[in-house]
Parts: sequence; structure tokens; C-alpha cells
Amino acid sequence: MTYSPPRDRLWFLRRRAYLVFVLRELTSLFVAWSVVYLILLLDAAAGGALPAFWAWAAGPWVLAVNVLALGATVFHSVTFLNLAPKATVIRLDGWRVPGFMISGGNYSAWLAVSVLILWVLS
Amino acid sequence: MILRVSRYRPGVDAEPVFQEYEVPDRADWAILDALNHVKDAVDGTLSFRWSCRMGICGSCGMNVNGEPKLTCGTFLTDYTGPVTVEPLRGFPVIRDLVVDIDPFLANLSKVSPWLIREGEEPDSEYAQTPEQLEAYKQYSMCINCMLCYSACPVYVLDPDFLGPAAIALAQRYNLDSRDMGDRFDVLSAEEGVWGCTFVGECTSACPKHVDPAEAIQRYKLTAALRSVLPFTRRRP
Ligand code: SF4
Ligand code: FES
Repeated sequence: MTYSPPRDRLWFLRRRAYLVFVLRELTSLFVAWSVVYLILLLDAAAGGALPAFWAWAAGPWVLAVNVLALGATVFHSVTFLNLAPKATVIRLDGWRVPGFMISGGNYSAWLAVSVLILWVLS
Repeated sequence: MILRVSRYRPGVDAEPVFQEYEVPDRADWAILDALNHVKDAVDGTLSFRWSCRMGICGSCGMNVNGEPKLTCGTFLTDYTGPVTVEPLRGFPVIRDLVVDIDPFLANLSKVSPWLIREGEEPDSEYAQTPEQLEAYKQYSMCINCMLCYSACPVYVLDPDFLGPAAIALAQRYNLDSRDMGDRFDVLSAEEGVWGCTFVGECTSACPKHVDPAEAIQRYKLTAALRSVLPFTRRRP
């Protein structure tokens, strides 16, 4: 006759690491919002409705959500890229490429893509 | 120093209750020494598992102040106030601090944790270079202490999850140059690597630096590539 504790619904409050993890997962909502926002932007650009889109985007609510989304997506991206070396273990002739080089490569790629987008938009 | 120990006596207690014991606050005592002092001198009915007292056998894992720890490697001097000792979270409690390890053993055996070979047996031993050994050595250091399972909220909420040590063990064989097996079906199942949400606490809890979180994320990449490229062989 063994004892199994009941399911703990507040498990994420029990340890700091769990809470940080749950917060990181919640930032996915803002990542999803950013994708929707970009699609709306592309749609407006394709349909020639950019001025109307910018007028909507300048509204206080959209602005506030986007500022929050920027913070959340940067947090999401940074934590995601910092974890990338865990999934990519690269060995060159027996020498294991250190984690900082793998995440460094990812950050460089991020920067390059961002610069490219900025160049396309301006 | 006060030890608050979780007691569960089947047939007597409906659920675990805490019992406090006063133990000498000795600088050279691990929590396990304090528990053994209680068992020898205060209350012989207290039940817990241990064997090697040197971080090798993996049997003395318990929750100490809420953290999964090897009690032979965690010292009284690491704590100031009362120390709470509970059984490892995520496993049914048999008695006091003793948990049922059968679910864990069942998960370990699901990944075929042995060298799988095909074809003729060679005449001599299978030689390996130091680099080939290095490729899997870290994952072979596991002592099956189950601390990673207790630290994993996914496993504690869903015991069907294969769990950190079993996946690290699978990788110990997957990355071994002598192994020819394929553990894709069990690892790429929903309760396999995809059950992991990468909380990362298994790696923080592991006393042997196995880094099971890394083993899992690496296999996610392997499994994803194999799903996209169905003809890829297991070996890179
Ligand atoms: S991976 Fe580490 S924490 Fe998990 S059972 Fe093995 S030694 Fe223990
Ligand atoms: S008693 Fe063997 S690991 Fe602690």
C-alpha cells in the first residue's frame, strides 16, 4: 500500500526555476502576436493600405502591446539562443565546439537577418 | 540541529506526517549520517535507503528542504535552520523516505540499454579510440539516483514521460561507436523526448554532471532531422 500525493496544481510556484520557466513559456504568446502583427503589416503593404496600417499601429493600445511584445520576444529569443548549444553538440575531429561559439554564431545570424530586414524596410 | 523527517507508515498513517528529531550539529556529518544517528540511537523504525555513503550507488536520494539531493553528499553545515527531509517527489512512497523505484526501472528498460549488434561476432574485443569513448562517456556516468526525475515537473505531473535519465542512457548507447541499435521509436514518441519542455532542472539536480537536458535536446534535433529526412541512418 503505497502513498501517492495528489496532483500539485501550483507546482510552478514551488521553485524559482519553475516560475522562470513558466514565464519564459508565456512569452510565446507575444511571439505569436508578433507573427500576427507582421502578417498584417505584409498584408497592408501588399494591398497598398500602409498609411491606414500605420495609423492603427500608432494607437496607444497597439503601441503598448508592441512595447510589451518587444521585451517579451527579446527575452524569449535570448533565452532560446542561450540554450541552443545544448541541442547542437558539434565535434570537429574530436574537439567539441564550445557553447559560446555556437550561441555566438546564432546571435550573429540574428543580427544579420535583422540588418537585412531593416535594409529591406528602409 | 532539528531534522523534520517525513514519516509514512502504511496502515497507520493515512498520509505522510512530519516528525522532528534533534541531532548533534556536527560539521562532518552528512544528512545521511544524521538519519543513521536517528535510526541507531533515537528511533529504529525510521526507514530510508542507502548503501555506499560516497555518491556512487545512487540509493540515498531524498528531498532536502525541497531540493532533490544525495543525502550522503549534502552536509548539515549547508543548512542553518531545521532541515526538512522528504522522500523523492514523483514516486509512490512505500514507507517513510523509501520510494517505489519500479516505474523508473521500467522506463530505463524501455530504451534497450545495452549494446545492440548485428552480424558476426568479431574474434577480438571491440576497440575504441579515446574520441569514440568521449562521445558518450558523460552519459555513462549516471548512477540511477533519480534526482533528475524528482526535479522534473513534467515527470512529476505525467509519470508516462520517459524521463531524463532514461533518455540520457539511450544516448549513452546511441553515441557509442559499437552500437548498431535504433531507439527512434521509443525516443521520438510523445512520451519520449517530445514530452520534455526543457525546464532544465534535471541537469541542475544531477550530482554526476550527466546533463540529461542536453541529451534530450540533442535527440530532439536528431528525431526532427530523421522525420524530415526519413532515409537518414541513425549514425551521423
Ligand atoms: S542523470 Fe544524473 S540525476 Fe539523473 S539518475 Fe543519472 S546521475 Fe541521477
Ligand atoms: S549512499 Fe550511495 S550515493 Fe549516497
